[in-house]
This record gives sequence, C-alpha cells and structure tokens, in this order.
Amino acid sequence: MHAQWNDRESLVHPTSAPDYMREEQLRTLQLQRLRAITKHTYDNQQLFRERMDERGVKPEDIQSLEDIRKLPFTRKTDLRDTYPYGLFAVPMNEVVRLHASSGTTGKPIVVAYTKEDIEVWNEVMVRTFACAGLHSGDIIQNAYGYGLFTGGLGAHYGAEALGATVIPISGGNSERQIMVMRDFGTTAICATPSYFLHLIEYAEKMGIDWDEIPLRVGVFGAEPWSDEMREYIEGKTGIKAYDIYGLSEIIGPGVGMACEKQQGLHIFEDHFMIEIVHPVTDQPMPDGEEGELIITTLSKKAMPVMRYRTHDITSIIAEPCECGRTIRRINRIARRSDDMFIIRGVNIFPSQIEAALLRIEQTLPHYQIVLTRDGGMDQMEVQVEVTAKTFSDTVRGVEAVHRQLSDAIAHILGIRVKLTLVEPNTIERSMGKAKRVLDQRS
Amino acid sequence: MKLKQLSVFLENKPGRLRELCAVLAENGINIITLSLADTEQFGILRLIVKKHDQAKELLEKNGFVAKLTDVVAVEVMDEPGGLSSILKIEEESGISVEYMYAFTIKSGEKAVLLFRFDDMDKAVDALQKAGLNILGSVELYQRAEG
Ligand SMILES: [Zn+2]
Repeated sequence: MHAQWNDRESLVHPTSAPDYMREEQLRTLQLQRLRAITKHTYDNQQLFRERMDERGVKPEDIQSLEDIRKLPFTRKTDLRDTYPYGLFAVPMNEVVRLHASSGTTGKPIVVAYTKEDIEVWNEVMVRTFACAGLHSGDIIQNAYGYGLFTGGLGAHYGAEALGATVIPISGGNSERQIMVMRDFGTTAICATPSYFLHLIEYAEKMGIDWDEIPLRVGVFGAEPWSDEMREYIEGKTGIKAYDIYGLSEIIGPGVGMACEKQQGLHIFEDHFMIEIVHPVTDQPMPDGEEGELIITTLSKKAMPVMRYRTHDITSIIAEPCECGRTIRRINRIARRSDDMFIIRGVNIFPSQIEAALLRIEQTLPHYQIVLTRDGGMDQMEVQVEVTAKTFSDTVRGVEAVHRQLSDAIAHILGIRVKLTLVEPNTIERSMGKAKRVLDQRS
Repeated sequence: MKLKQLSVFLENKPGRLRELCAVLAENGINIITLSLADTEQFGILRLIVKKHDQAKELLEKNGFVAKLTDVVAVEVMDEPGGLSSILKIEEESGISVEYMYAFTIKSGEKAVLLFRFDDMDKAVDALQKAGLNILGSVELYQRAEG
C-alpha cells in the first residue's frame, strides 16, 4: 500500500503544495515576504516604527533571514496597551473581520483580518486538516467555541474550504455532542483536549461504546497537552489524535499541525516564520534546543505581528519528516513559560504532574495543583480524584495507590510534594481550557 | 455463601458521612450495619444494605466512589471465644483476614461477624466444613429486622 514517489502528487491536497516546497525555494520565499511585511508594518504600525527608529533599524536592513534578529519583539502587553485598534496596519474599510481573545485579567486583545488574510487563514486550515488525512467527504464536528474566539470560525471555514461537511455544534452540551457524533456519523472532531476527555467520561456514563461512533480523527489544541494524554485518548476511543497549534495573536488555529507520523508539529513556514530564543536572555537557541517560540506573521496585512513572544516552550526539529513535508517541525508544546512555578527552587510545569499521573493510572484522572504559602515558603499540593478503578476497599489498597502516585511525581520532579486523594467531582470541570493550577499564594 | 458489601471512599471532611446517610435515607435505603475504617487522610465506609445495586447507583449519582465487594457473614454466640475460633480455622487453612467487623442482632444473644478474606472461596469452604453458621443475604436481613 506504499505510494510510489511519483504518485505522491496525486495524494497531496493541491492547497498543501507549499508543505512540500524545496528548502531553498521556501527560504527565498520567506525572505521575500519578510522584507515586504517589515516594510508594510514599518509604514503602517506606529508602535513598530517607533521601536525600529529607536534602534536605528530600517526595513532595508533586512537582507537575510538572520537579520530578523534586528527587529524588536512584540509582546502580549503591546496588544493590550494598544487596545482595541492600535496595531491595525490597514484602513478600517479593508478589515472584514475582528476576533478577540479574553485576557484572563483586564482588557481583551483584538485581532483583525483583511479579505486576503482570511484566505490565508483558510489555506493554512486546509493544510492543517490535510495533515490529519482529512478530505472532502469527511464530517467534521467543530466543538470549538464559536464567537469572538478564533477557534470556532477558523476551523469552520477551513473545513468548508477543504470541502468537508461541517457540523457547527460549538462547545458545551456534552450529551448532544455525543448523540450528534453517533447519529450524524462524525468522522473528525475539533475540540480542546480537556473537553474531549470530558466527552470520553460522559460517553462512558451514557453507556456509549466508541465502536458505535465512526470518529477516526481528533484535532485537539488551544491548550498544552501531553503525548501521554494523546496515547490515552487514542487507546480509549480508537481515533488518531492530532495536535494543532495556533494563537489568536498570530492568526488563530492553523499555525502548525502534527502529521500522521506524530513526531512534532509542522509549522506553515511560508506564512509564519519561527525562531527559538532563550526566554530570559533572548539569545537565539540552536535547532533541537528548547526555548521560547517566536513567531512572525509573513503574510498577514490587517494586523501583522513581528517577532511575537508566544511564551510557549519548544524546540525546532530540523531533520526532515518521514511524511515528505519539507516545512520544519517544532516539538509538542507541553509547557508555557508563564505556566511554570517554582517550589523549593525547582521549576515545575503542570504537564510534568500530568505525565506522572498518566504513567500510574493509564487514564488521566481529574487533578489540580494547589499552591499555598506557609510561613514564607511556597507549598504545592496535588489533589487527585479517586476513581472506581483506583479505589479498592482496603486501606492498604488505597494507600498503595497514594504511594505510587506520590512516588511517580517525586521521580519526575525530583522533590516530594503533598498528594491528596479526593472524592470524585470535587475538582472543577472545564468546558474550554483546563485550569490545572489553583494559586492561593498572596 | 457470600454477601455483597458496599464500600465508599470518603475524604476526611466534616459532614460527608452525614451526607451519605442522608442520600440513602431519603431514598428509603436502610443501613443494616456499617463500619468506618479511617486514616489521617481518608476513610473507607463499608455498608451492608438490602438494595445494594440501587444504593451504589444512588451514591455514584451523588458523587461518591462506591464499589461492591464480597464479604462473608458468620453467626456466632455473643460470648468470648466466638471470634478466635473462626480466626483459628482460617489460620489453619492458610487464609488471612483483610478486615472484619461485627454487630449484634436484635435478639441480643447472637452476633454477626463480617469478614473479608484474601481468598473468599477457600475461606467459605473452611468455615462450612467446620460447621459454622454462615448467613446468606436473606437470613442476614431477617436477623437484622428481628
Ligand atoms: Zn510530517
């Protein structure tokens, strides 16, 4: 069943052609676009122009891709400080759509698209779905929230552009999600991984067997998740779970996507230029080494974002992918530099706790990390819900589970933290993004 | 002859046991006997109720983790030596007790001992051979109701 090399073209969705571009051609295209977008942004975005002038840098100074390092960073605070329209680089009559992301504190950030920007977005979403082997004929249930959030409409129009059938169900109403999945013959679902975990739990409660549902692909993103969680979802439901990457600030979903090889995520480099820098010193990191992902939008006109600090921690995989795509990959983003907290001098990410719990329970239990301050010392407690599977009716049995979980966490973190087994449903459930850390310090 | 016992995980939080009892009472489920094994961290409540399947479902619906396990009920005279003779029988058969609890029945002369052994089938066998009075569910409920 192996496709011949010269047959490959016929297997590739025509929109996906840039995924297979020759490397030097791709770099040439990137440089061309980088120079154009630098000029466009300099001419039309006041904040960028001021910062360039401060540094004495002119758009013409961009002669090679490495010259991108001469450009100033854009930070999330810049988007907030210029709320709502301060970073728009086209007249309002060219803006055809606005989205906004809810900041956890204070003002939201607003992003804008021209007609051409929307076309670029649709294109990268078609290429995203093609990475997951989806095509016309697939029925895609879009459980991302519709509205100001980019996830809903981004996936929606991308799926339509692909030629697939879209079910615009939006998030929430788990019972209906499962009923629709079964009755409409859904073959792919877009959701946050934590919401899909919730659906798995719900289907179990409803007594629905995953064999009754023709679902074969899950496109999961909008929050960091782990390979262990992917294996769990795949084992439980028999679907293939793909990691999608995107940020509203950049375009929405469709910045990057895992392919069937499941070895990192391809970045659609002809539209998004990536760098990795040290999160503290800002020094560029070599391929393969971890640091903060920096993204520059190469094609977006309404609101170009130059060297955006994503806070996402990853590394670039320079080696070519077995799938044949030539666009480079980044490793799965399981951590954000701002999710990190420090306990007894050790850097800790929620994803590490998750990996430890999955290793022991094989399924991801509901858990929460509670941070408190006790006499000037930060303390961390992991609360894990007991499940029918982990509950045995002897004290010794429950204590053994407690010890196993506690040991696995200590093994990964290198320090021992408090672990408490709690009753089911005592940890708040999430419909959208998972909230794993309850910070009670202060 | 084994009995179904309902085990429930409880956090050591005030009021949980009362809430659990209220759920059962509101739904007309009578607790024949119960025993609480608790540690600093958590507790395990073990219950004998008539409608155990219904009780389990109810508790799960109300957010508890519940599990049905087999136990064996032995009726003995409520006098010294009753327990040790049973333990001796099991010890000789190489079976160990995971936990046990007891309650006296209404008439007052007899007591019922409830056991969880590591090997339940072997344990029941040994007790029967020794001529002990093992109670089935019907008999146990009759005794409990006097
Ligand atoms: Zn690939």
